[in-house]
Amino acid sequence: MNANLLPTGSAYFLTQQTQEPERHTLTVLVDNEPGVLARVVGLFSARGFNIDSLTVSETEHDKHRSRITVVTVATPKILAQIKLQLERLVPVHKVHDLTAEGNAIERELALVKVAGVGEHRVEALRLADAFRAQVIDASTESFVFEVTGKSSKVEQFISLMAPLGLVEVVRTGLAAITRGSEGM
Amino acid sequence: MAEQMTGAEMVVQALIDQGVEHIFGYPGGAVLPIYDAIFQQDKLQHILVRHEQGATHMAEGYARSTGKCGVVLVTSGPGATNAVTGLTDALLDSIPLVCITGQVPTPLIGSDAFQECDTVGITRNCTKHNYLVKSIEDLPRVLHEAFYIATSGRPGPVVIDIPKDVQFALGSYLKPQAKMSHPTYKPQMEGDLEAIRIAVDMMLKAERPVFYTGGGVINSGYEASRTLRDLADLTGFPVTSTLMGLGAYPASSKQWLGMLGMHGTYEANMAMHDADLIICLGARFDDRITGRIDAFSPGSRKIHVDIDASSINKNILVDVPIVGDVNLVMEEIIRIWRAKTNQPRTEAIAPWWKAIEKWRGVNSLAFTNSDKIIKPQHAIQRLYEASKDRDVYITTEVGQHQMWAAQHFHFDEPNRWMTSGGLGTMGYGLPAAIGVQVAHPDALVIDIAGEASVQMTMQEMSTALQYDLPVKIFILNNEYMGMVRQWQELLHGGRYSHSYSDALPDFVKLAEAYGGHGIRCDDPAKLDDAIDEMINIKKPVLFDCLVSKEENCLPMIPSGKPHNEMILPDTADIGSIIDERGKVLV
Repeated sequence: MNANLLPTGSAYFLTQQTQEPERHTLTVLVDNEPGVLARVVGLFSARGFNIDSLTVSETEHDKHRSRITVVTVATPKILAQIKLQLERLVPVHKVHDLTAEGNAIERELALVKVAGVGEHRVEALRLADAFRAQVIDASTESFVFEVTGKSSKVEQFISLMAPLGLVEVVRTGLAAITRGSEGM
Repeated sequence: MAEQMTGAEMVVQALIDQGVEHIFGYPGGAVLPIYDAIFQQDKLQHILVRHEQGATHMAEGYARSTGKCGVVLVTSGPGATNAVTGLTDALLDSIPLVCITGQVPTPLIGSDAFQECDTVGITRNCTKHNYLVKSIEDLPRVLHEAFYIATSGRPGPVVIDIPKDVQFALGSYLKPQAKMSHPTYKPQMEGDLEAIRIAVDMMLKAERPVFYTGGGVINSGYEASRTLRDLADLTGFPVTSTLMGLGAYPASSKQWLGMLGMHGTYEANMAMHDADLIICLGARFDDRITGRIDAFSPGSRKIHVDIDASSINKNILVDVPIVGDVNLVMEEIIRIWRAKTNQPRTEAIAPWWKAIEKWRGVNSLAFTNSDKIIKPQHAIQRLYEASKDRDVYITTEVGQHQMWAAQHFHFDEPNRWMTSGGLGTMGYGLPAAIGVQVAHPDALVIDIAGEASVQMTMQEMSTALQYDLPVKIFILNNEYMGMVRQWQELLHGGRYSHSYSDALPDFVKLAEAYGGHGIRCDDPAKLDDAIDEMINIKKPVLFDCLVSKEENCLPMIPSGKPHNEMILPDTADIGSIIDERGKVLV
């Protein structure tokens, strides 16, 4: 789309965006039936919504219930649409906007492979200790670290490893839960 | 103990238990067991189509004209992919359909077997919900659930993909429950009472109110159109409607403003633009309605009643959202209004009506008639006059003829007008008319068509002949894809790139080749007689009505313009109206 055409004031370019996009974490409780993830992801792509991070697993085996955690970046108006469109899907129980509801705990796990010898190797290990990252595999020329925490911490750890021989990274995506005694 | 039967027999039994009388389909390898079960019973009548798209549109016409669920049966692979257009059409127009597709046997799924396609993958985004039934134990529940989901809440199409081995498998059949419910799918029917109270307070204070009604009023059932009439009587407010909502409110009423939107009347669009309160009932602020979004009805507060929460605030931000069934909400509005006053706001809104009458005086649907050549608007007016006192149902294709039909054919009752609004599917009208005729065998069913659209599904004439369905295909033949040509005149300097209908068939001979009746008319003086001939023949008819070629469909809100900048019929040069920025829009 040609940006300098904005705003034409037609339905195809809605009123010029005055709202700022925000990053929100949504929890989607779904029946774990075949294709449910495709429905959720397909809805995001079909309607042009963003997915920054996606975490899925069955969490209540007896009820075949899964929890999908989605991090998205959108304006408040689009966020409301995302929530309502998700709730329209037949296998979706509930959608919670944890960012809007406030006070959620968010964690992510990353496995980080770093190769090197000498001073770099020592420095990588020292930093891993500072970040409370675990060594879960080691060879004479490499480590695999397991680091857990907020995404920003994981991000920072990875960037520190970059000059020290970073080979590859795998991240789980965000898991999030509300504080306190209440469940959803 | 539950009755034992095969999956194929369950399909047939479930359809019968759901009250289905007619299904539209086409056999193939992966649905042969179901066709065998159909062969061995006589409660369900199967209509054999000529193309699966035709089956879906027939089911849509059937559903829209009866309020019941339409049912389609097609085979795997191409059978399913051919149904995709009709499923999408039903999704956008909220038409309840259940489409059963055959699938290759479960052990072959994913092996690129003959006539295999990923039906649930392909149809996921063009259905309200879909199922792949891999086990016979799930089949009875899924069959009944599909009907529940298709017909409740905001209606829509549901696909059930059944592998061939599941159709052969033996299992226990379960009857539908008396009251269906679903663990996660729970449409909200009752509107929030507090919101309704606020809405009534706003209505009681409004000075320039307008009811903007849509297809939701028709989907909510026959009762909803009665309630809307009561509500309009009670309040004295003017009523306009979207293309999909025509007939819910009688066009013969004085409070009727005509259709709104891109090709709506001047009075309807001006009323929307100048209103101080819009009460949207079962419509969705679609782009054909709003025109330029940031100039849409700038001075109004807006109440939006919709059964689908995601429709609210999607395009236009509203002041009072009410999620619920439009009939129940209207009943509540009436109840609360009556508790406060029994009077319409006649005096308070008298100046508003005066303004509306002034706009009405513009006579925006006017056109220059001719005694030499048939004007398309005139043809529809004559068709309306000839058929209005009969039990008539109208379907359309998509394009200029569709808009002229919406403008010049008038509906006083719901379920009489079947058209492809959301998706805009050329080729919808002919099969939809067949579906309507199946449901109403003695009615007069007319497809108002264009010569381009009608060729997209023309082969269904053969279906009409096979089942003695005397549909009338009234073709406004201007030898152009008229709406495409109009937009090329508007936007592309009149360079009519590929919008000319060349090498047209002789529609009279074509009708005869199918075994139907053909009529051609190009003389305004002979039009009435020709229409009478069409109406009185108890056979499918192709009526080739040769009309003026370069007529524009007006009035029109050009793209990128607000409601109060309509092109009216007396505008000479429409080619210079849309600016550069408007040209990129559709």
